[in-house]
Amino acid sequence: MNMADLLWIIVAMPFTIFLVLAFLGKKLSANLTAIIAISGTGTSALLTILLGWSFLGSPPENYSLSSHLWEWMNAGGLITSMSLRLDALSLVFIFVITFVGFLILVYSTEFMRNEEGYARFFAYMNLFIGSMLILVLADNLLLLYLGWEGVGLCSYLLIGFWYKDPANGYAARKAFIMTRIGDTALIIGLFLLFTEFGTLNIADILSAAPEKWASGDPTARLAAFLLLGGAVGKSAQLPLQTWLPDAMAGPSPVSALIHAATMVTAGVYLIARTHTIFELAPLAQNAVAIIGATTLLLAGFSALTQRDIKRVLAYSTMSQIGYMFLALGVGAWSAAVFHFMIHAFFKALLFLGAGAIIMVLHHEHNMFKMGGLYKKLPVIFWTFLIASASLAALPVISAGFYSKDLILWETFASASGGTQLWFLGYIGAFITALYTARMVFVTFFGKTKIEPTQRPGLRITLPLVVLALFSFAGGFIELPHTLGHVQVFSGLMQHALPHLEIRDVAESSELVLQIITGLTSLIAVGAAYVLYIRRRSWTDSIRNSTLVIQIHRFWNLGWGFDTAYDTLLVKPIVYLSRINKNDVVDLISLGLSKAMVYFNKLLVYTQNGKIRWYMATIALGAILTLTISILL
Amino acid sequence: MVEIPLTHSIVLAAVLFLLGLVGLLTRRNILFMLMSVEIMLNAAGLVFIVGSSRWAQADGQVMYIFILSMASAEVAVGLALIVQFYKKFNTLDTDAASKLKG
Repeated sequence: MNMADLLWIIVAMPFTIFLVLAFLGKKLSANLTAIIAISGTGTSALLTILLGWSFLGSPPENYSLSSHLWEWMNAGGLITSMSLRLDALSLVFIFVITFVGFLILVYSTEFMRNEEGYARFFAYMNLFIGSMLILVLADNLLLLYLGWEGVGLCSYLLIGFWYKDPANGYAARKAFIMTRIGDTALIIGLFLLFTEFGTLNIADILSAAPEKWASGDPTARLAAFLLLGGAVGKSAQLPLQTWLPDAMAGPSPVSALIHAATMVTAGVYLIARTHTIFELAPLAQNAVAIIGATTLLLAGFSALTQRDIKRVLAYSTMSQIGYMFLALGVGAWSAAVFHFMIHAFFKALLFLGAGAIIMVLHHEHNMFKMGGLYKKLPVIFWTFLIASASLAALPVISAGFYSKDLILWETFASASGGTQLWFLGYIGAFITALYTARMVFVTFFGKTKIEPTQRPGLRITLPLVVLALFSFAGGFIELPHTLGHVQVFSGLMQHALPHLEIRDVAESSELVLQIITGLTSLIAVGAAYVLYIRRRSWTDSIRNSTLVIQIHRFWNLGWGFDTAYDTLLVKPIVYLSRINKNDVVDLISLGLSKAMVYFNKLLVYTQNGKIRWYMATIALGAILTLTISILL
Repeated sequence: MVEIPLTHSIVLAAVLFLLGLVGLLTRRNILFMLMSVEIMLNAAGLVFIVGSSRWAQADGQVMYIFILSMASAEVAVGLALIVQFYKKFNTLDTDAASKLKG
């Protein structure tokens, strides 16, 4: 069987399951629903592994496979086909999407067991995974946009899954509308690319762009900024990041799926996919790096002040995606994708772990009411610890160290990066380790405050263990020069993404920087240990000064972005619409019709059905006409 | 033979026409309204006759013949309608037939 033929099956499986569950969901028993729900993505994951195996074993020509399914539309010069294209970049993405997605689904079969709308949940999840697969496998931008919107729709459906609580519906709408702002920029960018190139095929555009545009061309810059707008919305970066913390309203597996495998990484994928355009627009690429660096810091500080364990993780996702943007912005394409993969493993694990904790503690989200769980829930504790180590980038032993260190070092070494950006990322790394350690210490150590009443079953723990394995071992496929020098991942990526040019001066400093970042995360963990285990009184005394309380509140609310948007945009619009409740513009046409009705009523009086009255008017009219004709 | 001035005949015709018009407007009995219409027709016919005699042309008289025949036809149709009207409304009051009001 031809390898390329597997592609459409991988995409079609989740959609088929979606259709089955959407139409038959209510008739199926819960067990059958669970089996059907995981089978589709499971098959896709298996096929992906099979495909990846043969892809890596005997690489196809140009390191890409394409499969033309059918012509989608052909109108006015726009020829769009339903074609899938697999290269090294999308291979990594579909592996993460199907594999992590599958584990999340397995977990959900137990987690969502007693929820209303069991089948509905899995239908949405499968649609979500399917849309994301379309997004990353699309060979043209329009098909990519289809997946893009599908992902947006599913995030809306899933964040608002518990729709009976109006707050969840609000969070869902917020996510949908905020990402839609970015989507609008993206579709305008697509229009621009189409008018410039006459095609939306990604490979064609990328090969034609360097010939058409010189570096720094204004059109290229505009296109890159529009694409960036779309990426910023979906990936929850500044300034469209406010939807992500509220997206925690959905069930925990949804958060895991949104944050790890799908949705927020779409922006990273888009920028990596259209990297040529960004390289031709250095200004836009710089903007990517600056947005990433700023977001990772802002989100890091916000994560430091959250009490809800899921919100800590939400801000942490924002921050980690910020790292990916930073890497994309300095041209460290491969490092960004590497961090995406590692992040997908440990962040999915963290969310699933947090979800399991919340479940056994009766929907308690506040981690300061948890504590002492390391003995009660050993499996969750150890897996959570491994993932946290990755997030905190503990040196040498964790996968996150290798990916984050790669980003930091390449940021430092890149010609378009430099010391300032590196320093921002470095501060971010310290903050990350600090809030991660805080989360772990507060949740698992100290006194037990709530007794867990139930133990998570095998279907919850097994995905955790598998993900923990990947969070631990995933890093060893790409080791720096200083530590073993393994380049499996970047070796694969170089077929899809350009190599990073490294400044000469930076070469020698790699080891020093690694030691510095490694030590930093250790120091941060130590600081958290002192502040949250040893000397709780210190924390309390720090917390008592007014300035700290103010800053704490400010960070806790995500730097006041919600308030700012509310005051600057929402309130004026609501005010204007309240003034314009009766629609000023409509008054013209409404007034016209009202006048017509009025005159109509007047004329109706003349039609009284009395013949003498008609005669009188005829006579009157005749007299008038005669008078006028005589007088004039 | 005394020549009757033109104005006299015209005034007579106008008076006749007005009589007919006023009758038409004030009478509610449809029979009288028909008669008023006849008076108005005859007033118009009178003007034709007077004009024809004043300018010694036959056209006016021809016109009068036309009016006369038209009037007889109109009376035939009108009377038939009145009979039908009476059958339907059991009265000759035109105000009873005001169903076509807007």
